Amino acid sequence: MKYFLHLLTLILWTVCPPAAPAGTIRVAPGSAWASVHEAVSKACDGDTILIAKGLYLEHGITVSRPLALIGEPGAIIDAQGKGTILVVEAPGVTVRGLEFHNTGYSYVEDRSAIRIRKTDGFTISHNILKNTTFGIYLEYARHGTVFANHLVGKAVEEASSGNGIHLWYCKNIRLEKNHIIGHRDGIYLEFADSSHIKDNVAFQNLRYGLHFMFSNDDTYSGNRFSENGAGVAVMFSRRIHMWNNEFSRNWGKASYGLLLKEIYDLEISHNTFRENTIGILVEGSNRVNYLNNDFIRNGWAIKMTGGCLENTIRDNNFLSNTFDMAMHSSTTSNSLDGNYWDNYDGYDLDRDKTGDIPYRPVKLFNFIVHQSPESMILLRSLFIDLLNLAEKVSPVFTPENIADRKPRMRRVVHPAVPTIHLS
Amino acid sequence: MFKILKYSFYDLMRGRWAFLYTAFYLALTSTLLWLSPDLSKVIISLMNVVLILVPLIATMFGIMYYYHSREFTELLLAQPLRRTSIFFGQYLGIALSLSASLLVGIGLPFVLWGVFSSDSTGEWLMVLVTGIFLSFIFAAVAYFIALNHENRIKGFGLAILAWLVFAVVYDGVFLLLLTMYNDYPLEGFAIAGTMINPIDMARVLILLQLDISALMGYTGAVFQKFLGQSFGMMLAFGALMMWVLLPALGIRWVAQRKDF
Repeated sequence: MKYFLHLLTLILWTVCPPAAPAGTIRVAPGSAWASVHEAVSKACDGDTILIAKGLYLEHGITVSRPLALIGEPGAIIDAQGKGTILVVEAPGVTVRGLEFHNTGYSYVEDRSAIRIRKTDGFTISHNILKNTTFGIYLEYARHGTVFANHLVGKAVEEASSGNGIHLWYCKNIRLEKNHIIGHRDGIYLEFADSSHIKDNVAFQNLRYGLHFMFSNDDTYSGNRFSENGAGVAVMFSRRIHMWNNEFSRNWGKASYGLLLKEIYDLEISHNTFRENTIGILVEGSNRVNYLNNDFIRNGWAIKMTGGCLENTIRDNNFLSNTFDMAMHSSTTSNSLDGNYWDNYDGYDLDRDKTGDIPYRPVKLFNFIVHQSPESMILLRSLFIDLLNLAEKVSPVFTPENIADRKPRMRRVVHPAVPTIHLS
Repeated sequence: MFKILKYSFYDLMRGRWAFLYTAFYLALTSTLLWLSPDLSKVIISLMNVVLILVPLIATMFGIMYYYHSREFTELLLAQPLRRTSIFFGQYLGIALSLSASLLVGIGLPFVLWGVFSSDSTGEWLMVLVTGIFLSFIFAAVAYFIALNHENRIKGFGLAILAWLVFAVVYDGVFLLLLTMYNDYPLEGFAIAGTMINPIDMARVLILLQLDISALMGYTGAVFQKFLGQSFGMMLAFGALMMWVLLPALGIRWVAQRKDF
């Protein structure tokens, strides 16, 4: 096999001298170049392959030299459920303006529309992917861009579906302005470092809109995640910056706008969390700064469990949440000072724009619901209000030191989002 | 019956109390709307008032009206009129005048404020509808108690007690049971327990509009089914209808047998 490959390379080299000027091959149904596969295998380094409007029933196309595959509007490559469509193994490949349909599902291999394997310098942009198991699958890829692609999946159950954009051991990747619907996870990153995820939209995915693990030094900005099965999950990562994202309408027993698990040195700022069962669920995350976020109409705005240390929650707006906060530990090294809580009923006699008495976001009813979840049905009843009031007057069950000592009297007007230059 | 209803209704609407009641709601709602820019906050405050005050006022009105118009009732009884039409006429007169006050008092400020162009229309409607239901239910309960007790002090006492039980005590006992037996699956019990108390039912109906995000956080399948779909809504409205019907039937039963 290896010998054969070498031979093939030799033959190809004789056809395409390495220094030849880049040419253009136009693939169109019924013409001399009717197959994308053939065009790709016979093209020379740096060639552009233009794919005309039409339906190409192909799969397993491997790009092993730097080419640009450019689709004219209406160019569709349909795998008819037979497997992965395009595999890119060469550096500097561009794939633009194509439509990829129907990879089919296999329990043996991860099928995807576009697979980037062990390479760099690629640009995947303006493609449309329909009914593909995995959409764009990047493994061991570096320095690439995935821009303005539309991915529409038909995932029904988690076990037999794939992720929209999947990164595995990648570095310096930009994911920008992609729309992902109906996959298992919208965007999935594992071991993907120093990457920028910007202005993407993921909604109605089965599990997470965005899911990343073991991925350090990444930024997430301007993304919108809504109506995903469980929201967004962020785990086991360090030095992350998330700003200007919107997390909304993730409802369910295990749903949250954002799940933080074992995250260190994260900054979450200028985000909006709207109508989620839990706005942010935090487990064992240290040195996380929550600044200038809006929490609007969530079940629980922030829920913290076990061992979260040195977190700062400041300058956020908590508006019309059912519960502002749940925290199941009595001691804390977290700072809650300087937020606006619309449930705060204190006063400001010294006119310094912060309340004179501390606000305690953890109410007695939190504890009751934690003990017996069914009592949730008594939410907002007079008796519960009386209990909360009694507890507020003389705290017995709620921790004394989980409090905002400088609650703001007025809504925080967030400063403009700092412009952060991406490398 | 309609003649008596009409008479009772106009009698009450002309009276000082109905006017005060309407004015109170108008003032309260307008003030809340004026003070708070956030519509859902206003609705939460209003919900608390509606759930506590509407039953209380309906109870007081019902019992007061019965004792007050006792002589007139006796006069009517001497006429060739059916007893059910006399008493239902009077009861519906009270319930309708209370509902009218509520409708104007809570409805008007919101409509002027422009509730129809906001996204809180559903919540507001739910507060109104449950408020009207509660007026009917507690007016009926009060009327039933009044019919059964000639002694005014006793009647008043019982009516207030009934209100206290439904508004506060019931929830306390309910919560106690829920926490005491939290090792057992209590979903069905929790829903049934809510159904039994009209104030709780009304509250849950408003919550379904208001706090659905938090309610969906509960894990049980029965709850999910109950809260998640229109099924729960139907069931809740069914329970409220039952609560209107039961005391009304009680009124009928007592009215037909009572010796005046």
